[in-house]
Amino acid sequence: MREAVLSIKQLAVGVENKQILHDIDLEIRSGETHVLFGPNGSGKSTLLMAIMGFPRYQISKGNIFFKGRDITMLPLDERARLGIGMSFQRPPVVRGVKTRDMVAACLKGQGNEKNIGRLAEKADLVDFLDRETNYGFSGGEIKRSEMMQLLAQRPELSLLDEPESGVDLVNIALIGELINELLEKNRRIRDRKHAGLIITHTGHILDYVNASTGYVMLDGRIICQGDPHEILATIKEKGYEECAKCVK
Amino acid sequence: MREIESSKSFRDKAKAALAKPAAFGKDIDLSSFASSGTEHPYRADPSELATAAKKQMLDVGVMLDDSSQRSGTFIQMDNTPVHSSIRQEGIEIMATSQALEKYDWLSDYWWQAVVIDTDKYTASVELNQHDGYFIRALPGSRSIYPVQACLYLTRAQLSQNVHNIIIAEEGSELHIITGCTTALNEESGLHLGVSEFYVKRGAKVTFTMIHNWNPEVAVRPRTGIVVEQDGIFLSNYVLMKPVRSLQMYPTAKCVGENAVVRYNSILVAAPGSSLDVGSRAILNAKGTKTEIVSRAITTGGDIVARGYIEGNAPDVKGHLECRGLILQGAGTIHAIPELKGNLAGIDLSHEAAVGKIAEEQVEYLMARGLSRSEATATIVRGFLRVDIEGLPPMLSAELRKAVETSEKDLM
Repeated sequence: MREAVLSIKQLAVGVENKQILHDIDLEIRSGETHVLFGPNGSGKSTLLMAIMGFPRYQISKGNIFFKGRDITMLPLDERARLGIGMSFQRPPVVRGVKTRDMVAACLKGQGNEKNIGRLAEKADLVDFLDRETNYGFSGGEIKRSEMMQLLAQRPELSLLDEPESGVDLVNIALIGELINELLEKNRRIRDRKHAGLIITHTGHILDYVNASTGYVMLDGRIICQGDPHEILATIKEKGYEECAKCVK
Repeated sequence: MREIESSKSFRDKAKAALAKPAAFGKDIDLSSFASSGTEHPYRADPSELATAAKKQMLDVGVMLDDSSQRSGTFIQMDNTPVHSSIRQEGIEIMATSQALEKYDWLSDYWWQAVVIDTDKYTASVELNQHDGYFIRALPGSRSIYPVQACLYLTRAQLSQNVHNIIIAEEGSELHIITGCTTALNEESGLHLGVSEFYVKRGAKVTFTMIHNWNPEVAVRPRTGIVVEQDGIFLSNYVLMKPVRSLQMYPTAKCVGENAVVRYNSILVAAPGSSLDVGSRAILNAKGTKTEIVSRAITTGGDIVARGYIEGNAPDVKGHLECRGLILQGAGTIHAIPELKGNLAGIDLSHEAAVGKIAEEQVEYLMARGLSRSEATATIVRGFLRVDIEGLPPMLSAELRKAVETSEKDLM
């Protein structure tokens, strides 16, 4: 069996003393892509932030393992250096810091002009390299910039928070391509080393990116796990209300 | 050393203003500083200056060992000009006393861009002036490399009183780096510098000034700029080292149509430093434009960051951007952006922000694998990086180097 890149056991997470996530269990193996569905406010982003290690998200119970190592107490930047990366739903504007600097930081020692230029071409962001990070970017530009940075970072586990939200159809196709490259979808499954966990509210990204497992999160709990397309079809047909009935 | 004679009316005005406090900044007791001291020998070859002095000058952009990338050099130590030389035709550089002897017409420019009785500091420069530099670009001449000037303070309790005149004749292009620094470590000193710029029709001046003082030096520059039709004046000011008290508020008047003025200031206030720095643009002619950008960081000192744009003619445009970062300690940043419009059809705007580094930004960079200190340094570096439109690449690189040299101290 392939190695579990991410393994979450009985995780409970709170923000500012308010409990958001309860008893989360989840496992992603090397080369797999999983999708997390759920209505707004269900706790999807909280789960990604907690896995990434943002200090505001306090873990009160349970553990997070990355490639077998317990990272529950590990700081954010150490997790990033271990091989966990994240594309933000709404990243902050960082005035003065150019997009080029962000890509260079992600490339670590490989941040030469050629590599940066190549990635910018892929993400159709050549003209954005000398602009301040996320300053005045459209929705699509932000998402492409996030993907460009992740492609530079090459994490073994990518956490993608709503990669398609606020993006037009043309951009979704390109973002889909970038995700597929990040998750090595062009390689045989057994040869893939990179895994992904994608949050999606609408499920549109599934038209472009294949995923093997889907989950539904409601009120901070994972209430359903199965084939992502089947789950999406049910949500589209009956809404999250139907999922809620499963819990009752 | 010969003190410059001034006309009686100038002297009378100056005498009347000798007790007049400045509009801004802490008052300085001028009587505690001497205005004359030991003279320094003239150096035909400035590379013969002491290694320590040359190193300090290099830190403010003044290169003496290899000045092949400079079109001229002027150095004044305390109140003695010790060197002036030219490497390019079409540029003149010399001590103001020499220029006054050489050119009768120079008196037409004397106290025309700066008002002599502005305050006790301008008055004191008039009454106790010891040179300064005269830099002139002849009509149509275009300097490839910048002219460099250094005002160097070595004597404790001395008041360095300079009066600089800069003239860019019609259609000329002139780039200047002025580095002001001191050999003093702990002792107090005073620098009073009047600078009058005249940017003639179609001329362009870039003026990059880097200040490295010490925690006991007080500084009161007084600068006025007159920009004629289609003229461009670009000012870059960098102060990243401790200083006891610095107050300045240069004023540019755009008097000819389509004149352009840009100011960029990078200010860092260490604990004990008090800075009151502004930039003022008066748009008096149709189609004139200005942009004022300041970046202020305090690590414990106090900064008042001022900006003022006044629109007095149709179709003028001005924008003022003032951002302050409180890095640590109990420093204060007080941003005072002001706009004044006197008729319809003008377009003036400003944005100002003061705060600490947003944790959200630090964490964003940490999520890319940077440590907290690396992330903070990246953000501070970005904050201090002002891209200056119109500045030649070489000068941009020099400016970047000056900022990078000092930003290590911040982290």
